[in-house]
Amino acid sequence: MNTTDSGAKNKVITNLVDNVFRTPNGKAFIGFLTAGDPDADSTVKFILEMERAGADLIEIGIPFSDPTAEGVVIQDANIRSLGNGMTTDGVFEIVRRIREVSRIPLAFMTYSNPVFHYGYDRFFAKCEELEVGAIIIPDLPYEEKAEVEEPAAAHNVHLISMIAPTSETRIQAIASESHGFIYVVSSMGVTGVRSEIKTDLAAIVESIRKVTDTPCAIGFGISTPEQAGKMAAVSDGAIVGSAIVRIIEKYGADAAPELYRYVKSMKEAVSAV
Amino acid sequence: MSKGRYGIHGGQYISETLMNELIALEESYEHYKNDPDFQAELNQLLNEYAGRPSLLYYAEKMTKDLGGAKIYLKREDLNHTGSHKINNVLGQALLAKKRGKTRLIAETGAGQHGVATATAAALLGMECEIFMGKEDTDRQALNVYRMELLGAKVHPVTSGTQTLKDAVNETMREWTNRVNDTHYCLGSVMGPHPFPMIVRDFQSVISREARAQILEAEGKLPAAVAACVGGGSNAMGMFYNFIPDEGVELIGCEAAGKGVDTARTAATIATGTLGIFHGMKSYFCQDEYGQIAPVYSISAGLDYPGIGPEHAYLHDTGRAKYVPVTDDEAVDAFEYLARTEGIICAIESAHAVAHVMKIAKDYKPDQSIIICLSGRGDKDVAAIARYRGVEIHD
Repeated sequence: MNTTDSGAKNKVITNLVDNVFRTPNGKAFIGFLTAGDPDADSTVKFILEMERAGADLIEIGIPFSDPTAEGVVIQDANIRSLGNGMTTDGVFEIVRRIREVSRIPLAFMTYSNPVFHYGYDRFFAKCEELEVGAIIIPDLPYEEKAEVEEPAAAHNVHLISMIAPTSETRIQAIASESHGFIYVVSSMGVTGVRSEIKTDLAAIVESIRKVTDTPCAIGFGISTPEQAGKMAAVSDGAIVGSAIVRIIEKYGADAAPELYRYVKSMKEAVSAV
Repeated sequence: MSKGRYGIHGGQYISETLMNELIALEESYEHYKNDPDFQAELNQLLNEYAGRPSLLYYAEKMTKDLGGAKIYLKREDLNHTGSHKINNVLGQALLAKKRGKTRLIAETGAGQHGVATATAAALLGMECEIFMGKEDTDRQALNVYRMELLGAKVHPVTSGTQTLKDAVNETMREWTNRVNDTHYCLGSVMGPHPFPMIVRDFQSVISREARAQILEAEGKLPAAVAACVGGGSNAMGMFYNFIPDEGVELIGCEAAGKGVDTARTAATIATGTLGIFHGMKSYFCQDEYGQIAPVYSISAGLDYPGIGPEHAYLHDTGRAKYVPVTDDEAVDAFEYLARTEGIICAIESAHAVAHVMKIAKDYKPDQSIIICLSGRGDKDVAAIARYRGVEIHD
């Protein structure tokens, strides 16, 4: 045991999220949904269905009143969820129900304020207890991460680093301190389905790989199996949110069969790379 | 701790996509701030285009009527475009142009900042798009048309509460979408660093002038200065050069709406708690899970659930005091100032007038209080008529 006080910053975090990229071809499919959309029971069912369809990690969105990084589809999901009374404690309860039957790797995606307001230590203690291995906070850049990273690490939770098309000179600093996985933002703007992704993602991933062996998954704008395959080919995985949320928006509580079909097709595309 | 801190407040809680732009903005601002040519160009615009310096007017009738302190009004309402917003906008637009940007985007609540931004864009030959809550485009329809006359495209924002907070959300989203040729001309002392600093610096012309003007008029500093606070740009401008003058009370007047003991309020210091939102750590009106509260004020410009980080810090240290003022009190003050001094001020500014009407008598006749009259009230006339149950047909 290390007896020197190395601080949370240097602590080695190991949890379920480290298994995500241990697939036959090293590529992962990551699905996102907003907790509580349309209700808690459906969210539990949808997550288990996406696991059955082959998703390697599920990102669970904790709804926020003002999701500034989201496009219209996920904004509306946040409104539906909050409108139905979902809370941060309600999301933890959803995860508790999943953990009764599944050990699928889970991550939270939310904004700074719900986590800050819950209390960092209290929030990450619950994550540790429920084995939520990572958190993604789009309004928490490299410069501000210390206040979250230390309490998260103390509870064995990865704070996921994000790299954007505009990161350029920042890539080295961000990547060298990354762990868990790196979320590579495919395009400018907010989340949402795009017909075409123009950023030179291969070049970005290459710059990242010069500094770290932390896996890179690409998100924002991916909706078709073809896109997912392309993204997985230049990185370690594809993250899909809006396309999944759109299915939930369309089918409501009955979305499970459609989600299964969709996630299965996406996972197959990623596995075939 | 990151950059742009005011005690524990401030910082840069913003998406990675925007970070390099914020860093570049800060670097160019630090450069041009000390560039005599830039300063000369900005001063020329402020003086010859915007009409600065603004008057410091001795409100003699109001002083006699209230009894107590001599009341002075810092007449930002007389600036071109009718409010203090032009001070910041000319600075940022000129900076953006020097940085090679060709397009300005901005949020607006009452429309004053949107009009000022559209004006600067027209003057400097830049594209302009304004984001305004749908509810605000309805209650300030005239300002929407004014912006369009100036060549701007106005986007009504239909998400969330359809007011200022949502307009900020949407402008941030648009900036993330297109940052290369576009400057986000943020209208208040809020958002991620360096905005609270840049906006405060450009607005500090208000207290730089007022301090010299009151010394000229009275031979001594005022006992107090008062200004309305939403995000807090006119207040920060009014306070800034008086901060080192410890004898000068700094009073920020928040919009209490229907009252701070109701849910229909926008008084952040009175009812808010510490949080992280819109790029900054500061005080926000929010619920027990950190969901941002739907706030309310009769004044679209003060209808915001947060307050700039430097104000949060001035509150923490006790250097400034923040007081709530209700809709009723503000409307009474709006009418009082019109009748007593012949000045129709913005309903935002009327919040500061209302508070000074309460406290003037607590001061001696050899003391003075300066109220920042942040804007003119033409835009509010229809809303005040509605408030009083009077029907007006345009």
